Amino acid sequence: MTTSEPYVIVGAGHAAGQAATSLRMEGYEGPILLIGEEPYHPYQRPPLSKAYLAGELELERLYVKPPDFYASNNIETRLKTRCLALDRGACQLTLSDSTTVAYDKLLITTGTRVRELPVTGIDLEGVHYLRTIEDVDGIQSGFAPGAHLVVVGGGYIGLEVAAVAQKRGLNVTVVESEDRLLKRVVGEEVSAFFERVHTEEGVKILTGHQVSEFSGGSKIEAVKCANGTEIRADMAVVGIGIVPNQELAQDAGLACDNGILVDACCRTEDPKIFAAGDCTQHPNEVFGRLVRLESVHNALEQAKTAAAAMCGNEKPYNQVPWFWSDQYDLKLQIAGLNQGYDELVVRGQMEERKFAAFYLKDGQLLAVDAVNSVPEYMVSRKLIADRAMIPADRLADTSIPMKQVAQDLK
Amino acid sequence: MPKVTYIEFDGTEHQVDVASGLSVMEGAVKNMVPGIDADCGGACACATCHVYVDPEWKDKTGEPNEMETSMLDFAEEVKDNSRLSCQIKMSDDLDGLTVRLPESQH
Ligand SMILES: Cc1cc2nc3c(=O)[nH]c(=O)nc-3n(C[C@H](O)[C@H](O)[C@H](O)COP(=O)(O)OP(=O)(O)OC[C@H]3O[C@@H](n4cnc5c(N)ncnc54)[C@H](O)[C@@H]3O)c2cc1C
Ligand code: FES
Repeated sequence: MTTSEPYVIVGAGHAAGQAATSLRMEGYEGPILLIGEEPYHPYQRPPLSKAYLAGELELERLYVKPPDFYASNNIETRLKTRCLALDRGACQLTLSDSTTVAYDKLLITTGTRVRELPVTGIDLEGVHYLRTIEDVDGIQSGFAPGAHLVVVGGGYIGLEVAAVAQKRGLNVTVVESEDRLLKRVVGEEVSAFFERVHTEEGVKILTGHQVSEFSGGSKIEAVKCANGTEIRADMAVVGIGIVPNQELAQDAGLACDNGILVDACCRTEDPKIFAAGDCTQHPNEVFGRLVRLESVHNALEQAKTAAAAMCGNEKPYNQVPWFWSDQYDLKLQIAGLNQGYDELVVRGQMEERKFAAFYLKDGQLLAVDAVNSVPEYMVSRKLIADRAMIPADRLADTSIPMKQVAQDLK
Repeated sequence: MPKVTYIEFDGTEHQVDVASGLSVMEGAVKNMVPGIDADCGGACACATCHVYVDPEWKDKTGEPNEMETSMLDFAEEVKDNSRLSCQIKMSDDLDGLTVRLPESQH
């Protein structure tokens, strides 16, 4: 059946940019409409807390595809436009400019938004979140050597901001409510490593501190904690997690549970509607459960899978998740998901900032955090996919090259 | 502006202008040259931007650093002239550079 209604993509982020490209690569020649609330064409977020924040990368280099790519591939874009409602019966979307658009098929790539910190003073000048280009532009305006920066939240984004700011000569304090940094994502030994490195670099780390107020006149002057600690601040960056943008789907009656539920081909329960990226809760065969991931790799791969499915092709997405983070001279590469591990094996020298932490469950490799250790990371990606069982003593033995460790399993 | 020729595995050629300062990977992505995935956007974290540098350009493009070398060690079909294209920065000296793409990036 041919129809003149477009394939509509809602949310113009990383997944959307890839999906639009992939639809064309799948051979779909009909109209595509990309709707996004941000003023920019799809761009990459990882540099926002790394090279772009450091001023080492220009805006143009953030784009997933150059802005003129869309027009030249007959992809219509409507930016600065929010999609307010989805009417599945009428196959129609209501937009913030009061218009409606009909879709033949719909792909939801609405991503996530920052988790808000509900404390007094959050609206003060100088208090920022970090998710968009505009957020970074705001942060940079106060990024002067000697300024006092408080980073609220010791997750990857917070720690990357701390690293960039410290290098720039700011006085940086990281405030974390949990008893250790990165608690949600890495084991205790690895948390301790990051705390040590940041401390060595000159960042002040306060774990177990709950921020209760940002104080000041119109502009922030201090961050107050529930235990009475008060920290001088000229600016603050809050990074305490994100929540999936699932309301559009949920309000239209699509099943959601910490993300929009999709199958391995990114299909929702509505045959005309697909979803991809940070906003989805999807099956991961390697780990045998549903997951919601916040990573570029996941956004790109799900976008390719969704585009294929929209064109009637099944390319199920079943890969080992991976992620990276850059802080100072540390190149952290992470593969797999460590939830449920019962053993953590460290290979290499933490003191030398070169090691890998392997997470095992009943002897099976679930995940790795590799710091300046490419072989450990690359080999683990494969071993995790193979659900390999590996003796802990061999993993820990640096006299056996990582390739050999893998080969000897065969 | 310096030019780069990308040759796909099937022989299809793409000659494009790539501004100095951009990477050879960015030149491909911006100009819709298929065959370079560049999942990590140039962070030297994914090894999906693998290319073969034509032998006469090997010296001019320089030596890969330690990180790139160890990433390449795990790519498929690695040869002497393999490079991660996100780590080759364009300059006028590289005007006319030719790189060939592998069959697959995974
Ligand atoms: C600072 C920072 C650093 C990061 N670093 C890394 C890293 O090093 N490695 C890594 O793998 N990942 C990293 N990530 C995560 C990565 O950026 C995300 O996983 C990725 O952007 C997800 O892509 P997406 O397309 O699913 O969602 P997004 O990129 O979030 O895009 C969703 C878009 O949809 C728009 N939208 C939402 N609702 C609507 C609506 N109703 N109507 C219209 N538009 C809407 C949003 O405004 C947004 O532009 C980082 C993220 C941030 C913020
Ligand atoms: S783009 Fe990822 S390593 Fe080159």
